[in-house]
Amino acid sequence: MSNVTIHAIFDDEEPLLASAKTLRSNGISIKDVFSPFPVHGLDAAIGLPRTWIAICAFIYGLTGLSLATLMMWYMMVHDWPTNIGGKPSFAYYMNMPAFIPISFESTVFCAAHGMAITFYLRCWLVPGTKPKNPDPRTTDDKFMMVIETKEENRSNIESMLKKDGAIEINNSDFKYRN
Amino acid sequence: MNNLNYTFTNKTKYITFGLMAIGLLTIIAGFFQGPPEGVNPEGYQHTRMWAILLVNGYFFMGIGLLATFFMALQYAAEVAWSVAVKRVYEAVSCYLPVGAVIMFIIVLAGQLHLHHLYQWMDPDVIVKNLPDGTPNPKFDPVIANKHGYFNPVFFWARTIAYLVVWSLFQQGFRKRSLEEDLQGGTAIHYKNMGKGALFLVFFAVTSSTSAWDWMMSLDVHWFSTMYGWYAFAGMWISAMTTILLTVLFLKRKGYLENVNDSHIHDLGKWMFAVSFLWSYLYFCQYMLIWYTNIPEETIYFHDRLHGFGYMGLMWTVFFMNFAFPMILLMSRDAKRNYYFLVIVGTIILIGHWLDVYNMVMPATVKGDHHLGWMEIGTALGFVGLIIFVIHRSLAKAPLTVQKHPYLDESLHHQY
Repeated sequence: MSNVTIHAIFDDEEPLLASAKTLRSNGISIKDVFSPFPVHGLDAAIGLPRTWIAICAFIYGLTGLSLATLMMWYMMVHDWPTNIGGKPSFAYYMNMPAFIPISFESTVFCAAHGMAITFYLRCWLVPGTKPKNPDPRTTDDKFMMVIETKEENRSNIESMLKKDGAIEINNSDFKYRN
Repeated sequence: MNNLNYTFTNKTKYITFGLMAIGLLTIIAGFFQGPPEGVNPEGYQHTRMWAILLVNGYFFMGIGLLATFFMALQYAAEVAWSVAVKRVYEAVSCYLPVGAVIMFIIVLAGQLHLHHLYQWMDPDVIVKNLPDGTPNPKFDPVIANKHGYFNPVFFWARTIAYLVVWSLFQQGFRKRSLEEDLQGGTAIHYKNMGKGALFLVFFAVTSSTSAWDWMMSLDVHWFSTMYGWYAFAGMWISAMTTILLTVLFLKRKGYLENVNDSHIHDLGKWMFAVSFLWSYLYFCQYMLIWYTNIPEETIYFHDRLHGFGYMGLMWTVFFMNFAFPMILLMSRDAKRNYYFLVIVGTIILIGHWLDVYNMVMPATVKGDHHLGWMEIGTALGFVGLIIFVIHRSLAKAPLTVQKHPYLDESLHHQY
């Protein structure tokens, strides 16, 4: 019994969402969806787990805050105390207001860059990668749902997709990673 | 379409009447209260009571005012998602005319010399020499220099212009919104859009100048360029919190079926974001003054942190208005959770009331400040009043607007 990959093309987000819900309620798992723009509610409809990016961002932010604090404490208090504006840096907390903007900027910097880099690595969008999009129309005005299943389920799934408004159904041997 | 009207139940009504009665009794009792120890009872002007009235008058008027601002913002930007809760922020804005009258009375009492919260209202301080030619011991050169701005004619022209124009805009928005329910179409929508933009332009200037006139001029020798925005952000977060708490109350009572989690989430985001705006301005004002270290400017924070013993309150305000909302509202789930929002909202409202307290009290009663029965009783009275006005306005019109052009989009709001 061989495995098949079904590529179903939709031309609107509503039938796509409806179709995803039908398939999932029939116990068929959806491999992925390619879409030209973020579709609200799609993550839940195709059963993706909640993203961890927010927790990652929080951790990167804390890292940035700690790094900034360490850097400023070392430079301005420990290694070479400097008297700026009549405020000799005897202790970190005494000059705290002056350090807040840098702490803030560093937190934001690390959180934003960390999130972006995590995203690229997780999707493996690094220099030299081959395009993973099986159909360039999904970068314009079409949506594509990818389902990996057994040969025996194919006709059943295809009829369900047709009923929910798929405008085109292809079988593909396109191999894409992850 | 859910056309359910809100019923202002007798139970809620009696609670607000009870709170208002507490407030009224406190105010009356406060005016019979003698001066604190060591103050000459002769000519005592009940400074503490007037200062409390100013704190409450300003704080609660700010809620109505910034709800009007938020409404104008939604109109001018043609915002769709918020249409489902439009009647709620409209109802909160209905407190503005009431608050404006109270604010007018409090400031007028100063002009009539019933209190001297505003030093510059005393005509003697700008007279350099007495009639017999000797120097006036009360002469204050700083105030005399500011007389061009703080002369009674210009001051009253400004004060009346703010209160009247704001209230007229608010009444106009409300009236047109009720008309739109019957009439439909887009004519009123575009009219509101234009008026909203006009209000924003007027408010851009008057939000700052009104804060200078009524709040910053309590410390008339001092000035800060951040003050207007800082006061504005404080009023805005109070208004957003009141709107959100009213929405949650109505949801809890089974009204507003059309308001989904995404609307609540968006209001929660507003609350979170404006908390940060306030914290940013609060800190910026402090940091600039701390860094430059010019005595004329540092006196403001010296009075508060060291001189009159407001250190604890200043830190409380910082934690209640910045740290708690930041930590508690950071996650997505918290912004959709009823209990989280109610707890954080209550903390924020109390925190911002204390923030206005910190603006007014060190400049007026100075060291003689207590959070006693007078403060709390008066605040409860104002809470009763604002709840009464909001709920009476809610009961007057259908809770969901009927014919707004973006209504359908708002009902399908997601994220």
